[in-house]
Amino acid sequence: MPSSRHLIGELESANLLGRGGAAFPVGRKWRAVAERASGRAVVLANGAEGEPLSLKDRTLMATRPHLVIDGALLAAEAVGAPDIIIYVGAKHRAAEAAIRGALAERSNQLRSRVRMMSAPDGYVAGEESAAVHFINAGDARPTTTPPRPFERGVDGRPTLVQNVESLAMAAQIARGIDANTGLVTVSGAVRKPGLQEIDLGWTFSDVAAAAGGLARPVQAVLLGGYFGAWAPVDEVWALPIAAPSLRARGFTLGCGVVHALSEDACGVDATARIMAYLASQSARQCGPCLFGLHAIGECVRRLAARSPQASDLDRLSRWSGQLAGRGACKHPDGAAGLLGSALSVFADDFAAHQQRRCLRRSTSHPASLQPVAAVA
Amino acid sequence: MMEQLQVDRIRCDGHGLCAELLPEAISLDDWGFPILKTGAIPARLAEHARQAVDACPVLALRLAKVRS
Repeated sequence: MPSSRHLIGELESANLLGRGGAAFPVGRKWRAVAERASGRAVVLANGAEGEPLSLKDRTLMATRPHLVIDGALLAAEAVGAPDIIIYVGAKHRAAEAAIRGALAERSNQLRSRVRMMSAPDGYVAGEESAAVHFINAGDARPTTTPPRPFERGVDGRPTLVQNVESLAMAAQIARGIDANTGLVTVSGAVRKPGLQEIDLGWTFSDVAAAAGGLARPVQAVLLGGYFGAWAPVDEVWALPIAAPSLRARGFTLGCGVVHALSEDACGVDATARIMAYLASQSARQCGPCLFGLHAIGECVRRLAARSPQASDLDRLSRWSGQLAGRGACKHPDGAAGLLGSALSVFADDFAAHQQRRCLRRSTSHPASLQPVAAVA
Repeated sequence: MMEQLQVDRIRCDGHGLCAELLPEAISLDDWGFPILKTGAIPARLAEHARQAVDACPVLALRLAKVRS
């Protein structure tokens, strides 16, 4: 195994990108913490996984707990952190049990450095400043940044907050295994929804095939989960799933969510469910997020129900452009991005709903009443 | 060095005084929360910007130095 400092360089040359959602380069993140650490940093392994359409982190922790622990340990050595916190979503019982079991098989010396924390429910509890805030003060709401966690985090110490899959990938790279694979949760109109370990060179068509093939004709794909974007299926079908190829088209795989929306399902309806959820998950600290997401959620709900007010669609377009950058965290940005993509990909459907019509068959179809999040 | 307005979004309660004092750089959304024009504050507005910062009842607005 390479020396711990050497590993940062290896992560950089492997161009490992974070798997928690933001796709931030992992090596650069470790380096930023290492430069400030003076041997007193903290590693926070983030397994909160609040994304409703994702199963990958809980599954990884439940099935490969030692790999996650190895990754956290390597990170701790590389950045100069005596302490490791493993932050696991309170609902992910099997994951927590597996991590505890794996820790019990490790040395006393290692166990004394590791603390497990249960992440409260909620979409924002996994946001990095919220995770640090919860550990410091029992309050899983984001804080105003700067300072960011890598500057001042747990107990005021430089803190590396890193998604558990990113840590597992770092452990793989340290073992000389290439990092060109990823975990993807596939849901919607596929025959075998669930978790897939994929090669990042695969196209969406390959991913759908691995998920048993399409169950019905598909019109659009939700990429990256609730903070991601809708894409017309023709635009992404033959595209490799790796981050650079997606980014060139303005998309992101986020936390590895792929949801296929069938042709007979209504995009306005699906978007209304997502926006209602995101509005409910605001930490209610920042006005634009608290009031804006609530108003957007109500507006899309009225449109989905085909009982809109006169200018609901115009209002939505205006609001979707006003939210980015106006919260302490990126919750409003993520919601606005998803809404903007919906207004563009489902433009015809939204226009029809403003006229109290629906272009799809399934508004009366029982399947459409399933929440988008049914897979979780 | 140029100066740029920044809002502490958690502190801001949407009083709206800033937009009244500096409409050239700050507008309000439908709920009364500020939308800042991007970029540095031009020199001719610097004094007005400082007044807007001082007027904020919850000290949520500040002028930060940025590289021009």
